[in-house]
Amino acid sequence: MLRALGAIPTLLLVIVLAFLMVHAAPGGPFDDERVLPADVEANIARAYHLDEPLPKQLLRYLAGLAQGDLGPSYRYRDHTVSELIGAAFPLSLKLGAMAMALAIIVGASAGTVAALKQGTYLDRLVMAFSMTGISIPVFVVAPVLVLFLAVKLQWLPAGWSSSSGASRMVLPVVTLALPQIAYIARLTRASMIDVLGRDFIRTARAQGLGTWTVVRLHALKPAMLPVLSYMGPAIAAILTGSVVVEEIFGIPGLGQFFVRGALNRDYTLVLGIVVFYATLIVSLNLIVDILYGAIDPRVRYR
Amino acid sequence: MKSTRLLLLFAVLSGVALCGCSGDVPDSGVVLHRGLASDPESLDQHKARSTQAADVLRDISEGLVGYSPTGELVPAAAERWDISPDGLTYTFYLREQARWSNGDKVKAGDFVFGLRRLVAPATGAFYANMLAAVTNAPAIVSGDLPVESLGVEAPDDRTLVLKLARPTPYLLSLLTHPSTFPLHPASVTEHGDGFARPGRLVSNGAYVLDAWVPGSVLALRRNEHYWNNAATALDGVNYHVVVQDTAELNRYRAGELHITSTVPPDNFAGLQAQFGSELHVAPYLGLYYYGFNLLRPPFKDNLELRQALSMAIDREQLAEKVLGRGEMPAFSWVPPGVDGYEPTVFSFAGLTRHERETLARRLYKEAGYSEANPLTIELRYNTSDTQKKIAVAVQSMWRDVLGVETTLVNEEFQVLLANMRDAKVTQVFRSSWMGDYNDAQTFLSVLKAGSAANMPRYANDEYESLMERAANQVDPDRRMLYLEEAERVLLADHPVIPLYFYVSKHLVSPQVSGWGDNVLDYHYSQHLSLSATK
Repeated sequence: MLRALGAIPTLLLVIVLAFLMVHAAPGGPFDDERVLPADVEANIARAYHLDEPLPKQLLRYLAGLAQGDLGPSYRYRDHTVSELIGAAFPLSLKLGAMAMALAIIVGASAGTVAALKQGTYLDRLVMAFSMTGISIPVFVVAPVLVLFLAVKLQWLPAGWSSSSGASRMVLPVVTLALPQIAYIARLTRASMIDVLGRDFIRTARAQGLGTWTVVRLHALKPAMLPVLSYMGPAIAAILTGSVVVEEIFGIPGLGQFFVRGALNRDYTLVLGIVVFYATLIVSLNLIVDILYGAIDPRVRYR
Repeated sequence: MKSTRLLLLFAVLSGVALCGCSGDVPDSGVVLHRGLASDPESLDQHKARSTQAADVLRDISEGLVGYSPTGELVPAAAERWDISPDGLTYTFYLREQARWSNGDKVKAGDFVFGLRRLVAPATGAFYANMLAAVTNAPAIVSGDLPVESLGVEAPDDRTLVLKLARPTPYLLSLLTHPSTFPLHPASVTEHGDGFARPGRLVSNGAYVLDAWVPGSVLALRRNEHYWNNAATALDGVNYHVVVQDTAELNRYRAGELHITSTVPPDNFAGLQAQFGSELHVAPYLGLYYYGFNLLRPPFKDNLELRQALSMAIDREQLAEKVLGRGEMPAFSWVPPGVDGYEPTVFSFAGLTRHERETLARRLYKEAGYSEANPLTIELRYNTSDTQKKIAVAVQSMWRDVLGVETTLVNEEFQVLLANMRDAKVTQVFRSSWMGDYNDAQTFLSVLKAGSAANMPRYANDEYESLMERAANQVDPDRRMLYLEEAERVLLADHPVIPLYFYVSKHLVSPQVSGWGDNVLDYHYSQHLSLSATK
């Protein structure tokens, strides 16, 4: 409980800093090439409370926040920030989770196969594929996949809003997962080769176990340790990669709103997403700490 | 430890992700799929600003007057109108059958309600000065008079009278702009500023808003109560928000879009070869220009230098080689194709390239620069591939012809805007202007002294007086002469370098019929139909 309260100053600091930073950026949400007459501009500023001094705006924002109100978006004026995040976040999360699952399953399997068939054509194929996957950026892979699978073969939709079925998830998830599949495959292969050369594996084989049984029962677990350590960077990569993927496929996800919001100086939307992520990370860390405590009594908090 | 922690984080998160597949839009009947470059800011016509918002609003709402596919003014919610001989009173007669999407009659009072809300200071409408010609409108916008004093009256439910402070021959074209459309008073009163959300929005156009997933799609369906519903072919229109032009092209190729909002700038010849008559390129009321900062040296009081830089640019080469999408080289401020207007052109427009360059060199010398003492300037543009290509070409033309040393400065759009408004660090900057209505006024008023959009800070008394005389002129022909004369004064002063006039670019599927190219780039969905076969 005490720790939960301790998170509040952290959040407050993040909010105030973010607030000051978005307002410090040159320009405002309603600046445009078609500059408005002064009185029209003044009316707009008043209607959106942008004419008030910054501290007052900050207090107004914090007061709203205390009631769980992230305010109206400046760019999407018919929608509130809470609505936008509420619709976009589950989508981004689903996309990321599916990409992550795909990356682990396919990457680990391919890596294991390559390790077992070390030096064969299959191994070289997997390695060549993974090198390509790592080297080619998402913004190149996505259009190429669209060109072949959506435009030429017409198997899958090229854009999110053109279909309502599960088929629209395929291309974005694959695009997002591809570099991670490649990386995980290489990691798994290297660590699997290392593990397979260890004494305990030789012992297992000497007991007459078949290759797959050895891998399944003895080698897989230790071989996956480096992959596990890679999860952190992988999650980060998928989160940032989703911005590009969301834009290319027209997916109304959080990444797209964050980037557009920053470019449009949509103060409330950018702030809202920052506040949302900050709260999420802080509270998830709390939950994880509590889970740790439950799992391992040594780290139980007093 | 750290990775386990992250894994747990992700596991908790994934548990939260149940199903995010909201926003599936119904797809029944004949539905047209159009690309839209960005979400509308709002479907409240007074909070909307972009051309994208206006495109959607023209489908779901209807003003007094509209445009035909080829760009002629046609009656819309009003079936006819009278204009008084002095040009100061417009009387509109509304259609008996005009209906809101909930079946209510469209009354003249709904227009009064809409127009009053447009100018009311509390609304903060972006186009509040759209109807500045209407009696008392500017004073209401600035808060000096109450909204009731606006020169708009509804003597009965089917008659609307607009009283103007000055003759405005282009008034009818202003009334095709969504900001001047009527509002359903009951729903605005009930929902306040949130009246435009899906499920609430009551509109009077051929379509109604069915669903809107921001960042993805807007779905419109047929308005059964629309007065001309019998002539409306499409049952629905889906506007798909596609930010990237290459992604839009792919979706068109995949058969997911019938009409694109634009085409990618690269490989235009390839597109022409591939799509032939599906590619529609048409002149558009838009100008791309470089402005000089006239408040500071070296361009302040240095006409020769401004002329030299302008003449040294080979606009034909820029339009054909650098852009190459049918753009027209610009030698005037007002684009060709404006109703009843003959743009004046620069005196050097008729010269050959060689003659222009010779003249440019002479003026450059007269301005006090030479090879030994070259001009060094900064050229600012907003970060984008197209802007960069043009800036690099201009940089090299200035270097080759005059020996000018140009530094290219690219800035994020909002930063460039802020710098242009400050007029402190800018020297030469990129900008553009798109016509709001089909009249030379929409371009010439930009460079009036005191206009907020006058980025070069141009000021010339002769120009002001000609614009003033044009504004008070009832006779359209004489008014045009004043405007043309004003443009001549403007061009002689060279406050800007017009580079090229924009074109509209769309891919239109052969399935679509009823499409017409026009300078305003308005394409009402109600004029379009779709054949079943590909």
